[in-house]
Amino acid sequence: MLLSLLGLPPAFLILSFITILCALYVVTNNNPVYSVLALILTFFSISAHYILLNAQFLAVVNLIVYAGAIMVLFLFVLMLLNLNKENEPLIKTGWYVAAAISAGLLLVILAAALHRSSESIMQNPSQDIGLVKNLGKVLFTDYLVPFELSGILFLAAMVGAVLLGKKQSAEEISTSETSEK
Amino acid sequence: MNPDSIFNALDISHYIYLSSVLFCIGLFGVLTRRNAIVLLMCIELMLNAVNLLFVAFSSYMGDTAGQQFVFFIMVVAAAEAAVGLAIIVMIYRNTRSTDVGLFVKLKG
Amino acid sequence: MNILLIILLSPFFGFLFSGLAGKYLSEKLTGWISSLSLLVSFIISLQVFMGLGSGAAAFESTGFTFLAVGDVFVDFAIQADRLTSIMMLVITGIGFLIHVYSIAYMHGDAGFYKFFAYLNLFVFNMLVLVMGSNFLMLFFGWEGVGLCSYLLIGFWYRNAEYGKAARKAFIMNRIGDLGLLVGLFLVIANCKSLSYSDVFTAAKSGALSTELVTAICISFFIGAMGKSAQIPLYTWLPDAMAGPTPVSALIHAATMVTAGVYLVVRCNVLFEMAPAAQQLILWVGLATSILAALIGLKQNDIKKVLAYSTVSQLGLMFIALGVGAYSAAMFHLVTHAFFKALLFLGSGSVIHGMGGEQDIRKMGGLKSHMPITHYTFLIGTLAISGMPLLSGFFSKDEILAMVFAEQPVVWFLAVCSALITGIYMFRVFMVTFLGDFRGTEDQKHHLHESPVLITMPLLALAVLSLAGGLLNLPELFTHEHSQWLKTWLAPVLGTSQEGLHHPSHQTEWILMGIAVSAFVIAWLFTRNKYIAKSSVPESDEDIQGLAKWPAGKFFVDELYDGVFVKSIEKAGNAMINADSGVFSAVMDWVSAGISWISGLFGRIQNGRIQYYLLYMVVGIILMLVINIFR
Repeated sequence: MLLSLLGLPPAFLILSFITILCALYVVTNNNPVYSVLALILTFFSISAHYILLNAQFLAVVNLIVYAGAIMVLFLFVLMLLNLNKENEPLIKTGWYVAAAISAGLLLVILAAALHRSSESIMQNPSQDIGLVKNLGKVLFTDYLVPFELSGILFLAAMVGAVLLGKKQSAEEISTSETSEK
Repeated sequence: MNPDSIFNALDISHYIYLSSVLFCIGLFGVLTRRNAIVLLMCIELMLNAVNLLFVAFSSYMGDTAGQQFVFFIMVVAAAEAAVGLAIIVMIYRNTRSTDVGLFVKLKG
Repeated sequence: MNILLIILLSPFFGFLFSGLAGKYLSEKLTGWISSLSLLVSFIISLQVFMGLGSGAAAFESTGFTFLAVGDVFVDFAIQADRLTSIMMLVITGIGFLIHVYSIAYMHGDAGFYKFFAYLNLFVFNMLVLVMGSNFLMLFFGWEGVGLCSYLLIGFWYRNAEYGKAARKAFIMNRIGDLGLLVGLFLVIANCKSLSYSDVFTAAKSGALSTELVTAICISFFIGAMGKSAQIPLYTWLPDAMAGPTPVSALIHAATMVTAGVYLVVRCNVLFEMAPAAQQLILWVGLATSILAALIGLKQNDIKKVLAYSTVSQLGLMFIALGVGAYSAAMFHLVTHAFFKALLFLGSGSVIHGMGGEQDIRKMGGLKSHMPITHYTFLIGTLAISGMPLLSGFFSKDEILAMVFAEQPVVWFLAVCSALITGIYMFRVFMVTFLGDFRGTEDQKHHLHESPVLITMPLLALAVLSLAGGLLNLPELFTHEHSQWLKTWLAPVLGTSQEGLHHPSHQTEWILMGIAVSAFVIAWLFTRNKYIAKSSVPESDEDIQGLAKWPAGKFFVDELYDGVFVKSIEKAGNAMINADSGVFSAVMDWVSAGISWISGLFGRIQNGRIQYYLLYMVVGIILMLVINIFR
């Protein structure tokens, strides 16, 4: 009502505002921990957008996986490396300008490229798409193979992450050196 | 608010704009930040912008394919974050720094 | 027909054999196989000659098409008509004799097999030249003999002077060849063909304007100037004496230098239509004849005298061509081949006997030591000086008679040239063979008559010089068998000689008498000077007064050197400076510029991923923009 600007529902407007604000905070803040927290907020707002679109399953999954697991992982790593007080080195202003201009250009062009697609999109809008039952039905029939493959992908990622993260003891370093010779 | 009316009130172009803005903010962060972990986070932001757009399209078109794809994007993002962070930790162990400006071995 | 190909390919086979296998075989084998390949060609040429005599018009053999551009077609085609058959006999016959001579002369030389290979290649090219049925084949052979001449003049390549002489010959020939090429271009542009029959038919039918034909003829004559050593392109021939004597005999007396004469006789149709060109030929030939004769008077190297004599005699042939007496020129060509080859081979025998000495002032009294050489050389000298009843007498007289009928002034000067010819030839003969021996004791010990392989060709050529006059006896002497060569060549010459006035019989007797008296005067003068007074030509320091001019070859070489050679050298040096100074500097700038640009590009790959990401984003933007505006 008060916030019915531009003929848009106020919910959408507030949520978008929050999303963009938090995204900017992520990108600009010097302290990495603050960036992580801002990103978590961003994910929350995006989940809210999903709920607005009635994509219930994905909203929850987004929260659990992204905000709950991945971001916590990021925080763990930050704490591990003790980077919470990190100061990033100074970047030349010219670089900021270049990045801003290119990002801005890309934005303009993307918007220009895609904005007229709305005419052909609204064929069969449906609110029931996001329901778990409907999603599950399609997932386990049409997309079964990618589903199984993603399991294997996770296995590989797990093995890889563990191996990469292993600290080499002093014995292992000396044996690898002798085997090289 | 009546959920059905969202399609009357909100054109998909608004979601397109929102997604593009988020994407470009993430892009700006990738280009600008020197800390490797924050770089990965900005990439996650870009992925999420795309997710949002997929879901919007899926709802507006009545096709589940969009949301299925989001599902798999999340799968990949999770795996990638795990392995990527492991690599960053290893690099930190060797060089005591996470500044991407220092990793210039690809120099031709 | 196949026999034509055998004639052509037999010396080529000899070339391949000597060149490739001769190194590993004995000298005798290499030499004899090369010589026999020429004998084969000679025998088959005889067969062709007889075939033509009994009625065939011409033998032909067409090979493959060489050029097919637009409406111009040029073939590799050979033919043998009456003119060609005469040349073929001379080339292969005298070539065979000289090959046999060379087996003994070049004995012991390290490049023995190479010599025979080059000689055979030369004969092959000369045969291509005379046997071609279009101007292309003529040019092919023309260039080929020029190449072989270069190879053979510079045969003893370790001596830098000989190399220079070879280069001089080649370059002067090239200048003449430019004229020949211009002529060929004119022919092909206007007649759309290079074959003799096409061109001559077109000319006779009036399709070519007089100016065009004159231009073509003058261009061809420039080519003949180079090849046949006329003024101004004659200075290479005396220097070409740096080559071994058989080379001088074969190439620079009997065959290659006559290619120019052959060319003019072959194109008699064209020359008849261009009187201006004929006048040019006449006067150039006359000037050359007199100039060379004068220089020969004061030369002391036995081969150089003969070289200038060749130039002078070629001038005489061109005088004949200038008045349109084609068969007379051919007659003199044949007899000149006989006695000049004889003289050169004789001088080679002398040089061989003297152990390499070539200065006549150090010879003398060789008569008793080398009798065969002495008598054959005497026969050659008498022939060239115009002793009655020898071959040279008849051919020279034929020319002088024809010239008198057309241009009496030229005739008079030609007689003067003949007189001087007699004087210098007798001078050489008497100083070399008569009197007392003036060489060293060492040389006197080694003095001996040359081996049989050298003396046999000398004797054969002496017989030909004596009897060669039978080819074309004047009508004065007999009526039945006279003018054989003229009638033989009549089909080739067609109507070209109809315009010639033949002097009346009385006039001809008087002319003959004048020529004989010139011979006698020359003989008496030299006998008086060199036998009675036993005078010997002075050494180089003692030359005085007017004699300095002919002794110094009229300083033509020095003139060319100053005008042409030095200016080209200066231009060359300027080019070198420009090249190293200007062009190298420019190249350095270019390379520095490119280094700089590549440095710029190198900095793009600095290893920082954020830069790479930026480039990627820019690329994506560009792609999207292009697609939007498509």
